[in-house]
Amino acid sequence: AMEDVCAKFVSQKISKARWRPLPAAALQTPDVFATGSWDNEDNRISIWSVGDLGNVGLGGEYQGEPQLLCDIGHNGDVMDMQFLDQERIVVASSTGTVTVFRHHQNNQTLSASQRWEKAHYHVDQDTPCGGAACTGVICNNSEIVTVGEDGRINLFRVDQKDAVRTIDNADSSTLHAVTFLRTTEILTVNSIGQLKIWDLRQQRNEPSQIFSLTGDRVPLHCVDRHPNQQHIVATGGQDGMLSIWDIRQGTMPVSLLNAHEAEMWEVHFHPSNPDHLFTCSEDGSLWHWDTSTDISEKPSFLHQGGRSTTYFSHNTTNQSVISAWLSNDPTKDRMEITNLIPNQTLSVNSLDILGPCLVYGTDAEAIYVNRQLFA
Amino acid sequence: AAVPSQVVPGADPCARQLCFAWGPAEVLVCETLFGRRGGSPSRGTGGPGRASPPGALTGCVAGSGEAGPSTSRLFVVRKDQDIYIQTLRKLFNESHGIFIGLQRSEEELAGKSRKAQLVQVSKNYRSVIRACMEDMHQAAMSARDPALHSQYSTQVSILSAMELIWNLCEILFVEAAGAGPLLLRLLDWVRLHVCDVDNMVREVLSSENPSKHELFWNVVDVFVLQGRMDEARHLLAKEASANPTSVNMYKILDDLMKKMPVPSLGNTQTLTEMELKWQHWHEECQRYLQDGTFASNSHMESICKILLGDEDAILEKKELMTTWYHFLVTQLLYSHPTVKPMELRMDLFLGGESSPEPLDMILMAAFEFEMHQVIKECSIALSNWWFVAHLTDLLDHCKLLQSHNLYFGSNMREFLLLEYASGLFSHHSLWQLGVDYFDHCPEYGRVYLELHIERIPLNTEQKALKVLRICEQRQMHEQVRSICKIMAMKALRNNRLGSALSWSIRAKDAAFATLISDRFLKDYCERGCFSDLDLIDNLGPSMLLSDRLTFLGKYREFHRLYGEKRFSEAAKLLLMLMTAHIAPCSFWMTLLTDALPLLEQKEVVFSAEQTYELMRCLEDLTAGRSDKKKFQDDDIETVKVEMLRLALARNLARVIVKEGTLEGS
Repeated sequence: AMEDVCAKFVSQKISKARWRPLPAAALQTPDVFATGSWDNEDNRISIWSVGDLGNVGLGGEYQGEPQLLCDIGHNGDVMDMQFLDQERIVVASSTGTVTVFRHHQNNQTLSASQRWEKAHYHVDQDTPCGGAACTGVICNNSEIVTVGEDGRINLFRVDQKDAVRTIDNADSSTLHAVTFLRTTEILTVNSIGQLKIWDLRQQRNEPSQIFSLTGDRVPLHCVDRHPNQQHIVATGGQDGMLSIWDIRQGTMPVSLLNAHEAEMWEVHFHPSNPDHLFTCSEDGSLWHWDTSTDISEKPSFLHQGGRSTTYFSHNTTNQSVISAWLSNDPTKDRMEITNLIPNQTLSVNSLDILGPCLVYGTDAEAIYVNRQLFA
Repeated sequence: AAVPSQVVPGADPCARQLCFAWGPAEVLVCETLFGRRGGSPSRGTGGPGRASPPGALTGCVAGSGEAGPSTSRLFVVRKDQDIYIQTLRKLFNESHGIFIGLQRSEEELAGKSRKAQLVQVSKNYRSVIRACMEDMHQAAMSARDPALHSQYSTQVSILSAMELIWNLCEILFVEAAGAGPLLLRLLDWVRLHVCDVDNMVREVLSSENPSKHELFWNVVDVFVLQGRMDEARHLLAKEASANPTSVNMYKILDDLMKKMPVPSLGNTQTLTEMELKWQHWHEECQRYLQDGTFASNSHMESICKILLGDEDAILEKKELMTTWYHFLVTQLLYSHPTVKPMELRMDLFLGGESSPEPLDMILMAAFEFEMHQVIKECSIALSNWWFVAHLTDLLDHCKLLQSHNLYFGSNMREFLLLEYASGLFSHHSLWQLGVDYFDHCPEYGRVYLELHIERIPLNTEQKALKVLRICEQRQMHEQVRSICKIMAMKALRNNRLGSALSWSIRAKDAAFATLISDRFLKDYCERGCFSDLDLIDNLGPSMLLSDRLTFLGKYREFHRLYGEKRFSEAAKLLLMLMTAHIAPCSFWMTLLTDALPLLEQKEVVFSAEQTYELMRCLEDLTAGRSDKKKFQDDDIETVKVEMLRLALARNLARVIVKEGTLEGS
């Protein structure tokens, strides 16, 4: 419900928001997140706490707004940001530099612990302004993969000065996002509507598979992989369309779902409850896609301020694994979709979900936290 | 516009000639050598737009360049200073949401509920001002640097004044309640904003024995002056229980205060009823005063006089009211109902001979219902356009400004919104907010947006996409083309042909797509292989954007077919590229050369008919060329042509034999 959301205006446009991961087997809910800003004269990385700090009201509901724990300046727009572990955050900059920041929790300070200057660059790395924006970063244990406007893919290992592997001109168009498919394979999306799989073990500088949107090659801006069923991949495009791909078969998406009216900036499966998916967009909306409810039992499904959803099915081959995301039975081809922001104005650039908690940041210079997503 | 004259520090018109360039929200002032040293005029380069370095735009005024005897300095003067105050960004962003809500709420509701809606909007604006004030106060408290502290404190008082004015305008113009309820609102307004006495009240009330406190009667007076009868009676009751001898006198005063007719908020009583009750009560007070009931206690006597609206008695408590508007409201309350601000002896508050402060002028104009004067004075006094733009917009939605048209531009609402939004656009980050304000300026909003949006620096593709989305949503085709072209040019300079092509496809810019296709073909000719195959192989329908792009796609297809050893398909396609005139003439020689290996295959690939067509293509090419000019590298070209002729002749011989054999069998 909306009343569980608390907002804070932070006087900077937020480009990224990420929950700090919880220690393995921890039972507590996330209480710390990081944000990055863009388009400011001095951009910042900030760490926020929504910890209870004695703010729990009767009945345990959460009341306080996020409190700033510490922040640090960042050169260039924050293009992407990932927690490496509990203490370290990897940040991609519009200058092409990739920085690892360390959050010192004992004295609440941030410092840059490692930096790869101009990991992404145009033409000549040594010219003073040859940097190319690093658009995406993803971490897996100590490995960090970055992609950029230069079409380059870098593999770094934390604590190693030089890149472990670089694929120059991996893509002739701009790479917009990257994620791990498996430990040695990554997925990228680009500005001509392609989804590519790269096997980092192979020395060939070419993708092992290319998937592509049909028709107009609408740019893809974000990608996420189903946490349990690794063949299911979701991407979001410039036209706001959500595409679901089954990378075991075909080269086209299994389904295309109309969602937003402008660029979809991020898509995330819920990490532990992947029947739920979240997307946010330039049009100022944030959608919650829920396939967990058995629609056939309900006479109709509710839209909260949303518009009805059309659903196209492209693939009718038999499915061995039954997943709501790949289902193509027309009577069940529906899901409950809720717009979590009723009075949308400016772009929602980023969102993150962990446990029952949602955080998102906007161009209206506000961050929002909902700690009771499934209440 | 209404900004008072400002001095640009460092610019000295006596020492150097100055010249000006007017920007949408900024003025560029530069020193020239014109008329001095006999030199030619030197002009400042670069405008306040994309070309100027962002560093030169910090602060209100910035000089650039090293100070030398011969270097001229450049100043950028901004109109809206407050746009750059970090803490106020919260105000700009949050009020943007309220503004959009107000524009969307467009008159679906009628009458009372519409008014309630507008009042709510006004309250929302005020709560944003208050929240901002709170933040600014916190910042002032935690600022260690005294200069910073005083800067924040100044901001707090400005915000506080803004809220005071807005609240009064809300009461008088937006809510515009009838006589009775209006007075209650004004009393609330006074209580909320005259906080100087709050500390005294707190001190007395928290003391062990309030009635023995030396300021006891002051606090009672404050309550009476602010119309807080219940609180005043509560205090008096304490005093009464301590003075059994005069308990009767207290009882009478308490009774008078209790009986004082209060205008009701509902419609339960008519104005005449109220008037009657008032007259009756007034006469009763008069009687007690005249028969000397309170003669033994000067405090109570003066309270009774206040209840009667005695101006001198009220003015005696000047220190407790601190402001003339408190005095005005108190006077209104007790001398009910007719009092005009100008008839009040406000000079007692306004500090003698000196002219009144801007705040006083604004409030006075409001009390006289001079709405336009309020807006004008605010424009002059405040260093931002936020206040007047939003207030005027709200009043316009209340349908209070319809009749007023300016002799320049469109109406006042639009004029002020344009000024405010232009300020936002001059800010490196807040420009996104400005878009929605321009959208709601029917007359000039579009033109302003078009001019401003082109000045947004596009440092990343992501930002370019955001700007592009704004333009596309508003069908600003010219700007869409220009942004895509800028981005495509950038990509081209960085040797990112793929990106460049996708930008020109987005803008449907056929000419630029042709240019990029030519670059691809040139690269191919030079290197003998294609770059960016992932793109060219996946052009899809966008291939049809330009003929050259179609050719590029098809030509690449030929190479793929050849690579897959599908020779006859490849040959057919190659021939078609020339006969259907898809290939540019300049490329025919390359295509014919590509045919060579096909002609040399063991199996015959080209049919007789196809071979004749190839021959004709070759002859067309050589005939057309030799007419115009001699080849530069004649030798190579002649050799190539000879080789082709030979190969074609041999192929023809082979195919005639083959086709003859086939027919015969």
